[in-house]
Amino acid sequence: MKFFNSEVLINAAYLVAAVLFILSLRGLSSQETARRGNIYGIVGMLIAIAATVASNGEVGFSAAGAPEAQGKFHPLLFGAIGIGAVVGAFMAARVGMTQMPELVALLHSFVGLAAVLVGYSLDLKVLPSLSHRIEIFIDVWIGAITTTGSVLAFLKLRGSVSGRPLLLPARHMLNLCMLVGSLICAYLYAKDGNQIALQIGTAIAGVLGFHLVAGIGGADMPVVVSMLNSYSGWTAAAAGFMLGNDLLIITGALVGSSGAILSYIMCRAMNRSIWNVIFGGFGAAPPKAKGPAQPAGDVQDIDAATLADKLREAKSVIIVPGYGMAVGRAQHAVRELTEVLRARGAAVRFAIHPVAGRLPGHMNVLLAEANVPYDIVLEMDDINADFPTTDVVMVIGANDIVNPAAEDDPTSPIAGMPVLQVWKAKLVIVNKRSRAAGYAGIDNPLFYKPGTRMLFGDAKDAVEKVVMALKSS
Amino acid sequence: MKLGIVTETRPEECRVAASPQVVAKWVKHGWEVVIERGAGQHASYPDAQYEAAGATLVDRQTAWQSDIVVKLRPPAREEIFQLREGATLISYILPAENADLVEQLAAKKLTVLAMDQVPRISRAQKMDALSSMANIAGYRSVIEAANRFGSFFTGQFTAAGKVPPAKVLIIGAGVAGLSALGAAKGLGAIVRAFDVRASVEDQVKSLGGEFLTVTIKEAGEGQGGYAKEMSKEFIDAEFALFRAQAKEVDIVITTALIPGKPAPKLWLRDMVELMKPGSVVVDLAAEKGGNCEVTKPGEVTEHGGVTIVGYTDLASRMAHVASDLYGTNLLHFLDEMGGASGHKVDHDNDAVRPALVLEAGEKRWPAPPMKKPEPPKLEAKVVAPPVPMPVVTLAKSHGHTPASRPPSRTAGIVMSVIGIVAAVCFLGLRYGRVDAEASTATVAFLQHLTVFVMAIFVGFQVVWNVTPALHTPLMSVTNAISGIIVVGGLLNARSGGGNLPNATIVAIVATLFASINIAGGFLVTRRMLAMFRK
Repeated sequence: MKFFNSEVLINAAYLVAAVLFILSLRGLSSQETARRGNIYGIVGMLIAIAATVASNGEVGFSAAGAPEAQGKFHPLLFGAIGIGAVVGAFMAARVGMTQMPELVALLHSFVGLAAVLVGYSLDLKVLPSLSHRIEIFIDVWIGAITTTGSVLAFLKLRGSVSGRPLLLPARHMLNLCMLVGSLICAYLYAKDGNQIALQIGTAIAGVLGFHLVAGIGGADMPVVVSMLNSYSGWTAAAAGFMLGNDLLIITGALVGSSGAILSYIMCRAMNRSIWNVIFGGFGAAPPKAKGPAQPAGDVQDIDAATLADKLREAKSVIIVPGYGMAVGRAQHAVRELTEVLRARGAAVRFAIHPVAGRLPGHMNVLLAEANVPYDIVLEMDDINADFPTTDVVMVIGANDIVNPAAEDDPTSPIAGMPVLQVWKAKLVIVNKRSRAAGYAGIDNPLFYKPGTRMLFGDAKDAVEKVVMALKSS
Repeated sequence: MKLGIVTETRPEECRVAASPQVVAKWVKHGWEVVIERGAGQHASYPDAQYEAAGATLVDRQTAWQSDIVVKLRPPAREEIFQLREGATLISYILPAENADLVEQLAAKKLTVLAMDQVPRISRAQKMDALSSMANIAGYRSVIEAANRFGSFFTGQFTAAGKVPPAKVLIIGAGVAGLSALGAAKGLGAIVRAFDVRASVEDQVKSLGGEFLTVTIKEAGEGQGGYAKEMSKEFIDAEFALFRAQAKEVDIVITTALIPGKPAPKLWLRDMVELMKPGSVVVDLAAEKGGNCEVTKPGEVTEHGGVTIVGYTDLASRMAHVASDLYGTNLLHFLDEMGGASGHKVDHDNDAVRPALVLEAGEKRWPAPPMKKPEPPKLEAKVVAPPVPMPVVTLAKSHGHTPASRPPSRTAGIVMSVIGIVAAVCFLGLRYGRVDAEASTATVAFLQHLTVFVMAIFVGFQVVWNVTPALHTPLMSVTNAISGIIVVGGLLNARSGGGNLPNATIVAIVATLFASINIAGGFLVTRRMLAMFRK
């Protein structure tokens, strides 16, 4: 395989791979091109791996001024790739769409872990120069934060750990101390390659990542996950600097900026700054607003049969799904409801709030899984103006994203957050498991509005009953 | 008490004061109802129906001799002589214009209540005959226009070509104007309405019309729900607006009335001439002289190819429903006066008192002024300076503004700054070192930094274009490609031969995890994307 061995050709292959990765992300700009985009990504990855493997046994290329250690790949390596691919494929095939947030978080932790390990292996392998030591430390540090943060996010999303934020008394001070500690370790390691300093630095970063995520409430999970997405990208970029590999740098930068943009979008959707999300400890103690008292009032129930009657008369229906739909795995029941209503001639659409669910775009994926056509699934900005002309709005398992307090009550913790203005519709049906408050822990005045009817019960059961009632006529 | 319904004698008048349904209610309420034979025949209410409803059919004279005579149009001179002295008459009187008539009625010592003087207050709406009739006239005006207009009201795409929808301009969005608006909209036309009263804008929009106005702020709300006369600047701006509209619209329906005055001339001769041939003007104010300069009251005329409908009897052209609604107004009015058992004239009743013209021959009209209605916002003075050209405010349906994107340029600058700062820091570390290895490394580092910053740029540009619906696939695909760290694992796992140093072991484990990422990320993305379908 002489052909591939020269440094130039390998770099050319990397360039092609980098372009393919960019095209891959570009493909996601619309549903039509998304599949092609994924293929681009796969091809790019195969080229990158093939080019690297093809250099087996040949002289490696130098980068960052440090000549790479040369030599053959260890045979176990191919076994590792094989096992990894099988495990990954198995996970991808088995995961339910409602568990996507967990899978994504877990995969983030793997990237972080891989980056940490690559850093350590480089440290063990060569005697790194000063600039290399700085780069290794940065790589390992970000990687460790990503790893522990993602693992905790994964556990929180799975429900193994409570979604409630953990707020230690002097948590900002604690973070600051850990940062200073990290800097000291970095200095010690950079100075003379002290491996213990590197290990301590890694440990501190691990605790820091854990602590950062522990302090963030469940409703902010979309931000956390996209932030970790960003971290995993920066980790890869740091590894690229460490190894002097442009492909890693480009890919890392792409992923990093992608995650950063997603975090930004999620924060904007909640009208909060990223700092507020990271350090705010949101949803810990719902501040007792002293101004307008909690709108405790009577909610009005509705049963499936009555709702079916209302739906029969409705010309336009908007369904607002939330995390409750994911938890209840109600997406197929919702799709059936949609089909029944559309067959009756009603215009049915879906309104998706950017932070609905626990992952950006989570609701879209669930609805797609249930075969809901994506052209009736609309974003908040596209549909918010249509609520006043809508006959029935069905809120399924969503709470804070339809809370009118965000607009009406300046003392509300979510004041100013853009919300779906469902209360402007003629009739609002809210499906909820119980009368408890949402993740943000605040009461929702929507439930007490005269035009609101509550459909209590598990999302799937409740929707299925409505479908039955609709069909029985 | 005996309630008499008489035949309307005015030529072309087809209505009657009450329908059999109303009569049945009167009888049930205890009235003794007599009706002149044939009174309802032009309104398609045969005598038999009145008889079945409980009324007694009588001759003309007997009907006029009742205690209370109800009719629609003001009585003619010879009819007054047939009234019994001291009886009560309830009908349209128009006391402001018919002073002679009031004198003659007073001479007979009559009690006279004018249905046209029922106040326009919320409580009296159910007795407001003017509104009932205006509603009918507004609807009928559209029908008359459609009858004379040579095209569809609704736009059509036919195999033979496209027909644009008719454009209708309604001047004066009162009861008649809003009724015309609803009717024209129902036929599929594009409807615009002009009114000097800003408070009617919502009503116009609620019926699906576009509200036209001029930018000069002048409240047009007058007393009793009517508009008042406007200033010269306002009228100039208004006319400029009308001239612009005249070229565009196919149908003009004018409904502007100012109480006690002749109808204002709003649609001038030159505006008619600006209109396309085949257009139609329906002038609902024809009875008061017309809003259109070329209107001939009571007639349909043509002016330069434009048909001008000046009918004054639009409500009468729908006599069946008009009689029923008028009768219902009368029914409520008589109920308000105490019904069959307690009938009396109550001076304290603010719904009845303004309608009282004569009480036993004593003149009681006009009634002392009542409380003014509260207009929503009265800006009496001219707020804005006169504007030569009016700005037409077309009420557009809400369009959504595209979601604001963050300034990617700013983001780029921020990133560049960060990059430069990082570069300077790094160079600072190297300061003073002149050895060859270090400077090579610095150059290499700067190259990598350039790549890094550029890649961030590209990343920002590309990712902003990702549709929000695909954010989850975006995360999983970025997950997969960040598995590129596998390359790092591979590079570090190269060692001589079969020995297995620690560094290699660690690198192999790194490769394992990165591989999981690659396979898992891409495959789950594929699975997800396969589900998205139209």
